[in-house]
Amino acid sequence: MSEEELIEQLKTQIIEALSLEDITPADIDPDAPLFVEGLGLDSIDAIELMLLLERNYNIHIDDPKKRREVLTSVRTMAQLIQSQGKE
Amino acid sequence: MQAYINSTGIISPQQTYDGTFFATPIVNTESMILNAMEPVYKEIINPVLLRRMSHVIKMGLGASNLCLKAAEGIRPDAVVVGTGLACLYDLEKFLLSIDDYHEKMLSPIPFINSSHNTVSSQIAIMNKLTGYNITYCHRAISFESALMDSLMLIAENEADNVLAGGIDEFLHNYYAIFNLLSYWRKETISNLSLFEGSHAGSIPGEGAAFFLLGKEKNENTLAKLIDVQTFVTKCDVSYLNNEIDNLLKRNGLQRKDVDLFLLGRNGDNQHDGIYLDLEKRLPETSCVAYFKHLCGEYMTASSFATWVAANILKTQNIPDCLIKKAPAQSQIKRILIYNHYLEKEHGLILLEAK
Amino acid sequence: MARRVFITGFGIISAIGNGVEENFKSLTEKRSGIGKVSLLETSLSNYPVGEIKADSETLAKMGGIELSTIDSRTFLIGLIAAKEAVQMSGCEEYLSSMGLVGSNTVGGMDLNDRYYRELISGNGTNKDKVISFDCADAGERIANHLGITHNITTISTACSSSANTIMNGTRMIKNGIADRMLVGGMDALSRFSINGFNSLEILSQTGCKPFDKNRDGITAGEGAAFLVLEAEDVVGSRKIYGEVSGYANRNEAFHATASSPDGEGAVQTMEKALASSHLQPSDIDYINAHGTGTLVNDISEGRALDKVFGENVPLFSSTKGYTGHTFAAAGAIEAVFSLLAINRGVVFPNIALNNKLEEMNANPTTELCEHPVRNVLSNSFGFGGSNTTLIFSKI
Repeated sequence: MSEEELIEQLKTQIIEALSLEDITPADIDPDAPLFVEGLGLDSIDAIELMLLLERNYNIHIDDPKKRREVLTSVRTMAQLIQSQGKE
Repeated sequence: MQAYINSTGIISPQQTYDGTFFATPIVNTESMILNAMEPVYKEIINPVLLRRMSHVIKMGLGASNLCLKAAEGIRPDAVVVGTGLACLYDLEKFLLSIDDYHEKMLSPIPFINSSHNTVSSQIAIMNKLTGYNITYCHRAISFESALMDSLMLIAENEADNVLAGGIDEFLHNYYAIFNLLSYWRKETISNLSLFEGSHAGSIPGEGAAFFLLGKEKNENTLAKLIDVQTFVTKCDVSYLNNEIDNLLKRNGLQRKDVDLFLLGRNGDNQHDGIYLDLEKRLPETSCVAYFKHLCGEYMTASSFATWVAANILKTQNIPDCLIKKAPAQSQIKRILIYNHYLEKEHGLILLEAK
Repeated sequence: MARRVFITGFGIISAIGNGVEENFKSLTEKRSGIGKVSLLETSLSNYPVGEIKADSETLAKMGGIELSTIDSRTFLIGLIAAKEAVQMSGCEEYLSSMGLVGSNTVGGMDLNDRYYRELISGNGTNKDKVISFDCADAGERIANHLGITHNITTISTACSSSANTIMNGTRMIKNGIADRMLVGGMDALSRFSINGFNSLEILSQTGCKPFDKNRDGITAGEGAAFLVLEAEDVVGSRKIYGEVSGYANRNEAFHATASSPDGEGAVQTMEKALASSHLQPSDIDYINAHGTGTLVNDISEGRALDKVFGENVPLFSSTKGYTGHTFAAAGAIEAVFSLLAINRGVVFPNIALNNKLEEMNANPTTELCEHPVRNVLSNSFGFGGSNTTLIFSKI
């Protein structure tokens, strides 16, 4: 799967996991920050996104600093998944 | 201890979210569930916040927002909510996920939402209300407990205005469980035929009703809340009579001073007897009305009744759809609501015209 | 002027003991009740808990009843604590005219956990248990046992629940609705709570360390506590253990689970409680902090204490290092500890603290202090921003 395909897949999964009802994949800029700006997600959403990575991609990250890096944008999430060969 | 009902907001199985009082035809359904007629929540609640909210939270926020909107700028000093089942949907979701996922990788959102005070807290967060905030969860006297606390807050001068509400939703699993206890009517009927014949079981409903209770009245005031009493015991009608008479007496009143008795009869012959016994002992001059054929049975149905009573006192008209017995009335000055749950938890709410 | 409200009795059961004396002994001997889970069946057994080491049958015996199939653990521990409070107060003859305000968050979750799935599938074998699922059940059945019929209700505001029952009961008396109220809370350990806090990633791996720089979360605990509150004019010659002299309930209106980092919500609640008691910060001799051991709460509360008390933060401690976080019961349990502080002239230490929190100026007391205690301030801060502060005073 290419990075772009994975990004599109992730967008759909994020929308579902976070119940972002009025948002379509097209609305999400893959490079925009997920937290504070951009989608404006919060700490509970961060936990949900980590669950998404665990359940769908078998990726578990304990280190809070690493988590913050991974969850910077949809693209950084996709890049991590690909780097671990988990797509 | 008294307070004025200065605005209301209600989501119920009737078309009430638009602020009207039985302006549209009464719901007549054989679905055997009285589901709420609901507004488009996105239009009332910030969609960004809406996304995590389960149905009961949306209903509570929706109704409270409608109430605040109707209050025309009055900001409550306190939020007091009563709910029998609270956020059972989320509680159940999380509970079942524990086994489904073997205690691993559980989503926290249903757990957070399952906290019984989620509705009262979300009202505070959404409206930036940092005052007194509390949730009562005691079955069919949850709403009465909320009213009692509201009256105390106003009497103590701790609040000039209190946002008080009652909320419970219909859930299929709750229905299934209580079906095992023969709570629900087996025969298919229209809700409007709930009191015909003698049958076991009632029809479930749901709703969220909020009231802005104020120390002072204004031009929008619907009615005055005079007193609330609850008691928890299996009892007969003599005991109930005593409770009613004590409540009235401490307010300098007698039964003949009550123009309408609004009763929570729910059509279940296993538990309706006390209502029928009470009716035989009411003054000839009093009206008697029921309400659960319109809202269904749920633990905070007395909040629907309170909305009905407040509107009757304002309009001075008892809609035909409610009436059981109505001798000619020149004026409706006082209404007493009586409701019980399985003859165990009993609530009395006394209202007066403003 | 509203009549004063006195405490004439209290009862408690927690991970550090059954009854007031056992709890007091553990507190003074710095003996924590936190350890490995032994009764609750959960795969999260590596997380320490504050468990009451008694199964339901034992709890029923302790409560003086025959165990029935519909008795939840939450009800059983509540009954034990309620009966101790009534006995201490000597108010048995007044029970039929008393009110009761109970609280809990999980209700009969031990029964719920076991039977819910089969019930929703239509299997009615255990349908008698249904009545015990909700959070009204425990308080209502305690009322039934004691012969209380009026002014009964249940409050559920997460971790501030039983603190709110004390405030509510006090106000019922001050407003003349009742002369005497039995108030308190109970929460049993459950897979629901442990998994819930684990899903939020705030369960401590090693046991909670309130106000410690290296704290890593809460420890789930279970317990129950009740107080008998009476109006000053009806106490007669019976012993008074203290007065509910101040209280406040505020909502942070900030976030569903987290308190505001600057502690502003806690500041407002504490200041309001002080104002209601007509006491100055300098009149407070001991603060029983909420101090759960989470990253967020302890900083927030610590900053709030600095703001309210300035350079003169009184002796303070969190006792959750002993009991774990008992959720709804915490407020009442800590009220009992506050009353013990007043009556026995001791300040209990904040155990499990090794490294001071840098974000706050004041230090919790880590040693047991014999110290006259006239006024105690007790904080309980719950999910949904539900903050309650109580002040208890010596008579």
